[in-house]
Amino acid sequence: MKKNKFTFVITVLVLLFFYFPITILVVNSFNSSRFGSIWGGFSLKWYDKLFNDRNIWQSLKNTLIVAGVSTSVSMILGTLSGYTLFRYKSAIQKIHVSLIALPLIIPDILMGMSLLLFFIALKIQLSLITVILGHITFCVSYVAVTVLARLQDFDFNVVEAAQDLGASSGVILRKIYLPLLAPGLISGGMLALTLSLDDFIITFFTAGPGSSTLPLQIYSMIKFGTPPVINALSTLFLLITFLIALLYQRINTRRQ
Amino acid sequence: MKSKKLSEIRLSMPSLLWLIIFFMIPTIIVVIISFRNSNPSGGIAPGWSLHGFSDIMSLSFAAILWRTIKLSFLTTIVCIFVAMPVAIFMARAEEKIQNLLLLLIVIPFWTNFLIRVYAWKIILHPEGLLKKILYTVGLIGEHGSLLYNEGAVLLVLVYTYLPFAILPLYTSIEKFDFRLIEAARDLGSGPFRSFMKIFLPGISQGIISAVMVVFIPALGSYVIPDMVGGPGGEMLGNKIAQRVFTDRNLPKGSALSTLLILAVILPGLIRLFIKKSNLKDVLFKRKTPGVQ
Repeated sequence: MKKNKFTFVITVLVLLFFYFPITILVVNSFNSSRFGSIWGGFSLKWYDKLFNDRNIWQSLKNTLIVAGVSTSVSMILGTLSGYTLFRYKSAIQKIHVSLIALPLIIPDILMGMSLLLFFIALKIQLSLITVILGHITFCVSYVAVTVLARLQDFDFNVVEAAQDLGASSGVILRKIYLPLLAPGLISGGMLALTLSLDDFIITFFTAGPGSSTLPLQIYSMIKFGTPPVINALSTLFLLITFLIALLYQRINTRRQ
Repeated sequence: MKSKKLSEIRLSMPSLLWLIIFFMIPTIIVVIISFRNSNPSGGIAPGWSLHGFSDIMSLSFAAILWRTIKLSFLTTIVCIFVAMPVAIFMARAEEKIQNLLLLLIVIPFWTNFLIRVYAWKIILHPEGLLKKILYTVGLIGEHGSLLYNEGAVLLVLVYTYLPFAILPLYTSIEKFDFRLIEAARDLGSGPFRSFMKIFLPGISQGIISAVMVVFIPALGSYVIPDMVGGPGGEMLGNKIAQRVFTDRNLPKGSALSTLLILAVILPGLIRLFIKKSNLKDVLFKRKTPGVQ
């Protein structure tokens, strides 16, 4: 199989391409030299600077508030949306499904721009609240699509059978819908959380003074400030990411 | 029946209303404001005009628009060509290796997007590692720059969107029945012919979604050209941000956004068209099973 060898080589090269920049960042976070190309000896001084940077911690707090609120609200809206899209097939749902699908494909800058103009037109002061409103708007679609995908192979006769056997709607909600929707809800919520934590452009357009999130802070550090501190910050990010991935893997294998 | 309709409306309302208020209306506002006058303090003046669209008529803008389309197109082509072998390898590997590879591909992209772009900025920097290596080997002159040009933008765009191309291709290839290719080979079709005539049509849905999720976001790129492109690598997104944040001319920024909205809708229409022709292909093939 000559073809297999070729695809294998390309896969390895692509993985090297993916991890190359990240490795450089991690190595440089321990480099005492300011410039990436010179090795000035091992040092933890960038980590020290990172932990003493008040702006970073303030923006981290903002990021967590935004992500927490927008994930919770979008989980409720998205679940309702995914459920109705699955359950009903009327003209309303045709509009509904396009409104859910469009935010998934349009470039972020368009959503940021339109929300900014919307807030300006209504004379709403930009703040952490406008950021949260923006984040909910793009998160809803991701939750809805994930929940919808989970519902795809559900047999609604089960609900009718439960009703025939005298189950109250509360019991049906707790015993049938919740266990059924839980995996979709959790993965949709995780997706919303990740996207909210990572979003730069929509936040950039909708944030006011004092509502800087971590990505905005990173952007201004790259543009005007102290890049080596970013290396330290991203190494910590990576560590957390790997831990979460490991944990996720563990939970998944246990479930299987 | 009536109560069913009522509960449908009640349950659909929250998300429907939210998206109408925070997505549909704002998008309409963008289109409307692009036809308004601007005032010097960065607001919107009364009255209507086409002044917002004056940017689009300029020669320097034509260059930016051309670069935006060219770079998005090249990114899509490179991503599909590189993602294809990776997706084939993944789909044909053992399940354990499939899961491991999926995780390995996704993990780098769980780090902050800005940080990944910044990493490339360090690598391509004039004082950086890559420049030194290329200089020692003699591939680049002392003053040659890897940063702040179209090539740098293309490289980072490919880096950013490659996983988005790999995933849909992998999903559709995984469902593809490779015995079809074996059958074609047994019947005397060459490897290239079976690839083009059986494999590619079989995974066309995956290719279409891969193209969509790479091309459309690439059209709206802002951060990547901003950080590694310099003035010679500006794209439409940079021009929009510049009009809004630097010049504080909202109608001009809106007019450019309206252009981007049109550019986004266009591939959607093309996709509809492709779907229709696909349907025709299917019907045609069904009618003539003995010919091929």
